Amino acid sequence: MTQPFPFAAIVGQDEMKTALVLTAIDPKIGGVLVFGDRGTGKSTAVRALAALLPQIDVVEGCPCNSADLRDCPDWTGITKGKMVKRPTPVVDLPLGATEDRVTGALDIERALTKGEKAFEAGLLARANRGYLYIDEANLLEDHIVDLLLDVAQSGENLVEREGLSIRHPARFVLVGSGNPEEGELRPQLLDRFGLSVEVTSPNDIDQRVEVVRRRDAYETQTAPFLKKWRAADTRLRNKILSARDALPGLTTPDETLRDCAALCIELGADGLRGELTLLKAARAHAAFAGQDRVTRDNLRAVAPSALRHRLRRDPLDEAGSTARVAKVVSDVLA
Amino acid sequence: MTHPVWEDAVLALRLLRLDPVGLGGIWLRAAVGPPHDRFIRAVGPAVRLTCHMTDEALLGGLDIPSTLANGRPSYAQGLLAKPGCLMLSCAERASRHLAAVLARTLDRCAGHSLIALDEGIDDEAPPAALTDRLAFHLVLDGLSAADCVQSAEDMPESGPTRLAGLQDEALRALTAVSVKLGVTSLRAPMFAARTARAHAALHGRPMAEDQDLETAVRLVLVPRATMVPQEDPAESPPPDDPPPPSDADTRVDKPAEDQLLEAALANLPPDILSRLCSQQRLQRAAGTSAQGALMKGSARGRPLPSRPGRLDGRSRIDLIATLRAAAPWQPLRRGTLPGGPLKLRSSDLHVRRNQSRSDRLLIFAVDASGSAAFNRLAEAKGAVELLLAEAYASRDHVALIAYNKESAELLLPPTRSLVRTKRHLAQLPGGGATPLAAGLKEALHLAATGRRKGFQPALILIADGRANIDLLGQANRANALSDALTTARGNRMLNIPAVVIDMSKRPEAQLSEVAQALDARYAPMPFADAKKLSGVVNAQLT
Repeated sequence: MTQPFPFAAIVGQDEMKTALVLTAIDPKIGGVLVFGDRGTGKSTAVRALAALLPQIDVVEGCPCNSADLRDCPDWTGITKGKMVKRPTPVVDLPLGATEDRVTGALDIERALTKGEKAFEAGLLARANRGYLYIDEANLLEDHIVDLLLDVAQSGENLVEREGLSIRHPARFVLVGSGNPEEGELRPQLLDRFGLSVEVTSPNDIDQRVEVVRRRDAYETQTAPFLKKWRAADTRLRNKILSARDALPGLTTPDETLRDCAALCIELGADGLRGELTLLKAARAHAAFAGQDRVTRDNLRAVAPSALRHRLRRDPLDEAGSTARVAKVVSDVLA
Repeated sequence: MTHPVWEDAVLALRLLRLDPVGLGGIWLRAAVGPPHDRFIRAVGPAVRLTCHMTDEALLGGLDIPSTLANGRPSYAQGLLAKPGCLMLSCAERASRHLAAVLARTLDRCAGHSLIALDEGIDDEAPPAALTDRLAFHLVLDGLSAADCVQSAEDMPESGPTRLAGLQDEALRALTAVSVKLGVTSLRAPMFAARTARAHAALHGRPMAEDQDLETAVRLVLVPRATMVPQEDPAESPPPDDPPPPSDADTRVDKPAEDQLLEAALANLPPDILSRLCSQQRLQRAAGTSAQGALMKGSARGRPLPSRPGRLDGRSRIDLIATLRAAAPWQPLRRGTLPGGPLKLRSSDLHVRRNQSRSDRLLIFAVDASGSAAFNRLAEAKGAVELLLAEAYASRDHVALIAYNKESAELLLPPTRSLVRTKRHLAQLPGGGATPLAAGLKEALHLAATGRRKGFQPALILIADGRANIDLLGQANRANALSDALTTARGNRMLNIPAVVIDMSKRPEAQLSEVAQALDARYAPMPFADAKKLSGVVNAQLT
């Protein structure tokens, strides 16, 4: 399909939309995990967001979307080239993808026909400066998970295989989705996602009807539908862009830092990543709202998504993480 | 006489022909036989897919044999490149990877539709990621050739090309009915809306009318039903917050919704409850089917010596072995093959193979009889959850069988998901007699199926006291014991590691006898709790 569904036209699912917008404002937040039922518009939202973002400048022909000629890795052989505009990449990582396809591998075609040792870039290269989307992330093979953990951490993909020794930048926002009924996610991978949200099919009939109605309009009267939502999408884009600009100048009061720490300690969230993510997400949230300083309201808004997947699992606890986070947030930020 | 189910099947095909992209396709569950064959004939030209096709075959890629033969790259087009109707046979064997590839193809809306032919038995089913994207779910089992009179030949060749319109309140009614039937996926009401519009168009109506909506409910929503709609007069008359539409509007849509619900109720098959159970089992199983199937040649694990093979997009080339295979032939090939200094043929290609350890499947069979049942089951449940919580590193799946009264019941099918476990274990049956033999039988059956799916099963029998119900469900202590021993001996052939945990107040001689027959370790634990249990399981079975 050429034109993705407009982001602004997605009904409900506010937590998911907010989380995605926050990562668009500050990619360093580090990815979103969306857990929930089938057919709740997870992949629609990711694609829609990427289409909403402004195009990025890339060196023409560079497999890893370099922003500058100097950033092009040597192995690409690109020494001169003009800059072109490309949409923000959204790369699908299919479940059964081989390591070769993910990291890149020896270019068999050139090796066989020309006898050249060349590198064929993989999905990680293509996702650089964009989004890497894994549907059913919880079913991903372990060795691919290991590989992703490594790259998501370092922002660089290292390939050492078949006589190749290649490195290239791979900074992307990792978006994973899945259904927890079908399997758990490894804690280490869970931790790499900055934010996690839970989506459910709306229970409200009106909302469901609206979803079906808009989808139907999108499929059957595409052009008028897109036109109708263009203005709303543009407004959102401008808001994201001005939030990006405002982010460095935002004041973060000391008490916010203390609040972050207090929340994490109270919840027993492991490591400092929780605090950092919480802070970044709160700052992005404040910038998006047009504030000039971070407040407790921002923390309250982002704490569930930033922390719920970092809690120590208590298998005998029935209430679930969301309830625990909500309780601690209301206690600490009272 | 044409059977109504067959009529629906033909109708589904006609609708799909009219709106292939909007409706996605058909999930056809039928054993091979005349109805199955007739249906395939009725579909007409379609690209046939099997579950073992490689990415290369589906999506296209470098054609290695002809590239090597010609000395320049030549590409093969994948089967999914051209829009059209796809037909997947043995869909119940489809891996999640294939499901993901096909789902993406359907999501692209590039003119593809899919007929998934499912010959599954019991709990085999295609992955849910795929079936959720297919509008029609048909079951042809139980039909005979005589039931399928109307066929492709009777279908008019040309039909309408545009869909009919759909009133907003009709859309609303379809959505409401889908909620009442417990259908969570939002694709269902979308498919229902498209079905109603296509059905109206087939009959030359400009707008979808009541009969079109009823057809949509019957074809799309009823097969997805997960619950029988409840008539709750307390809630429906006063809607909590009447939505913006005016009075007139609500008056129009209420009857429509009720009428549709009635139609849905009329179409719910009489054995709906048992069907729901089996359907839920199917949906549950959909997550696990064909998993663990790749043991050798998989991408992870210990490396094995490489083998000659084809580069199919999933296997990795072993360059050294490939060169070694090609080296002796270089002088001979020098005159005959075009290309660079190295003359390769596709027969030289060697691919890497790895062997991976398969996932463990811990099967708990728990005695749920008598008054102590509740405690014991609660501890077993705790142990299951603890094991699962620690399980990721050891790649364990767990399953739980409870036996009491006359039979054994699979409470928790094999899973690795804590979320699912919690939900399934929330309600525990208890009380009654001890049908030990039935419990063992069920457990061994599950272990054998698990092994076929590529798991390494292990059995944990948590027992208390003597067996007193035989395999026929009769209260007879002597038969009960001999049945239990006979069933247990069945494990000699399967050779599944097992442990018998005796939770009786005093160790029970009969149980150690059963453990011996089962070739299992016997562990008397009068006061076991969840932590101790999971400790013993870890110690005894690893």
